[in-house]
Amino acid sequence: MQVLKGIPVSPGVIQAPAVVLDSEEMVIPQRQIRQGEVESELQRLSDAIEKSSAELNDLSRKVSETIGEQLGEIFKVHHAMLNSAQLQGEFEQTIREQLLCPEYAVSTVLHGYARRFRDMKDPYLAERVQDVYDIERRLLRHLIGAKREHLKALDRPHILVAHDLTPSQTAALDRSRILAFATDVGGRTSHTAIVARAMNIPAVVGLQSVSTDTNGGEEVIIDGNRGLVIIAPDAETVQRYRTYMQQAQQLESDLTSLRDLPAVTKDGHEVTLHGNIEFPQEVATCLKRGATGIGLYRTEFLYLDREEDPTEEDHYEAYAEAIKLLQGRPITIRTCDLGADKFTHISGNEIERNPFLGLRSIRYSLQHVDLFKTQLRAILRASALGPVRILFPLITNLRELRHAKMLLNDVREDFQEEGIPFDRDMKVGIMVEVPSVAILPRQFARECDFFSIGTNDLVQYTLAVDRLNERVAGMFTPAHPAIVTLIHNVVQAAKAEGIEVSVCGEMGGDPVFTLLLVGLGVDTISTAATSIPEIKKMVRSTSMRQARRVANKVLTLESDREIATYLNEVARQIIPEAFAEE
Amino acid sequence: MKREVTIVNRQGMHARPAMQIVETSNRFAGPIRIHKGGTSVDAKSIMEVLTLEATQGTHLVFEADGDDASSALEALARLVEDKFYED
Repeated sequence: MQVLKGIPVSPGVIQAPAVVLDSEEMVIPQRQIRQGEVESELQRLSDAIEKSSAELNDLSRKVSETIGEQLGEIFKVHHAMLNSAQLQGEFEQTIREQLLCPEYAVSTVLHGYARRFRDMKDPYLAERVQDVYDIERRLLRHLIGAKREHLKALDRPHILVAHDLTPSQTAALDRSRILAFATDVGGRTSHTAIVARAMNIPAVVGLQSVSTDTNGGEEVIIDGNRGLVIIAPDAETVQRYRTYMQQAQQLESDLTSLRDLPAVTKDGHEVTLHGNIEFPQEVATCLKRGATGIGLYRTEFLYLDREEDPTEEDHYEAYAEAIKLLQGRPITIRTCDLGADKFTHISGNEIERNPFLGLRSIRYSLQHVDLFKTQLRAILRASALGPVRILFPLITNLRELRHAKMLLNDVREDFQEEGIPFDRDMKVGIMVEVPSVAILPRQFARECDFFSIGTNDLVQYTLAVDRLNERVAGMFTPAHPAIVTLIHNVVQAAKAEGIEVSVCGEMGGDPVFTLLLVGLGVDTISTAATSIPEIKKMVRSTSMRQARRVANKVLTLESDREIATYLNEVARQIIPEAFAEE
Repeated sequence: MKREVTIVNRQGMHARPAMQIVETSNRFAGPIRIHKGGTSVDAKSIMEVLTLEATQGTHLVFEADGDDASSALEALARLVEDKFYED
């Protein structure tokens, strides 16, 4: 049994056999072979070794000639490793004695070495791990060759283990075959994590070494609540988790029973609870969990996984589907937020030194007016179908807001001329996620109809922490007094100018912050479907008086630790069962 | 027959030096082992030599047998002392 600690990004507990996805998306099958197949399988392995060796000789010579002898020698080492009697003996032994297919034998034996190398303290020596992987990939490429096994070939549900998953890979996961996933890299607010939450797949990321510690085939428990992955759990652990899962299911069904109750505090103050979505189909999940509308539709997922830009019809059809499912409930559509960690064929071409400070989001839209207008046309057309609001992301200065509104007006005028129906009163809002806006919110509040605070980016830009860098991700917290002060500032400005303010970042989905946000005067909380019942329970368990008192107290605290500790205590008093630790 | 050496090159016995040890050892007929603390590995097996964690300053003992044992030890000691011809 091995326990790994990572970052919990999507709740839920699952036990299932693991399947390891390597960087070339090959799945290593744990396939048993028959006694009679041993010799032919060994022959297949020795063919693969021979082909790999020939490649390595070639590579070593070429690299020595073109780049340098020292680098060429690396491949000579690979050649020697691959041809060592010891390694080949271990491969053969695994195949012969355990009757396992060569792919799995190669993978298991080499992962064993990778682990030994990784545990070496000296960084130079630890780098051998990469050599081992390189050898593994080369051998597997020859072994698996054209008949690669894909996830589709899995005959029963598994837990997916990978070094990394892109948001689009995650979105494409087949939920009937993949019950949960675990990755080596990633942070709480990476888009992969957001997609996992949206899809309701338990996930733990930032585990550093899960893809090498797992061979595939063995039982794994993923604890998406506590951020644990347990490889080959012992009987006692399995039993403990069985009990824990039953309790979690009980809490879950209690929360679901809240669905049709309003999100009103004990003293009658209503908080609007909306859902965040990436795909129109998710509207159904949000409504099932008690959302009264969609507060954030992230449209950039329309751009992922395609060769060409989505057409106006592609946009329109997606929006129309969401609106239809909402049956008259409101939806806020955010214009394309591509760039930084979300790439398509368009934005992925140029490598920026500082992608989060680069050409992303509304900046990209304003420099690609045709692309932007295509989306504006689709949103405006959709506004005739139901209550639609439009949201511009990453606004940094007034010029951008005015520019975006001017382009929207152009489309309105075109529609008028073309006789296309649209909602003339469609509300226009901005994401408050760049500190420049949060510091001077009043001037922006005068020029738009609502604010939506994007806490992920606001925290990242205010605290100067890359939320995807697991080495500093610990500094990433919305509990920092500067963030609380900025949110307070934004809400005050919104109230003064009479516009609505919502919070749509991860902070909104964390029940620990609910009282603070409500107490500060936030009108709407928009969050992933999974978090809605818990947030509603918090709202219904408190009073506006208590929430204001909590917010006022937090505004006097000086450090993120103090604030986090205080808010945790308060939340635990209100719904102890949701915060029960083992 | 034994000979003690100390790893002097900066990067320690990483992949290429390990390879040189193995190549050199294989030129000799008799068995050669490398001892480090309580562990010992076959100097003719690249996988075994690679698992030996020998950083700069590590003491190793080469042990050789057979007719060419003394020339084997001499060649290996020179390799280590000459920093594997790198640095």
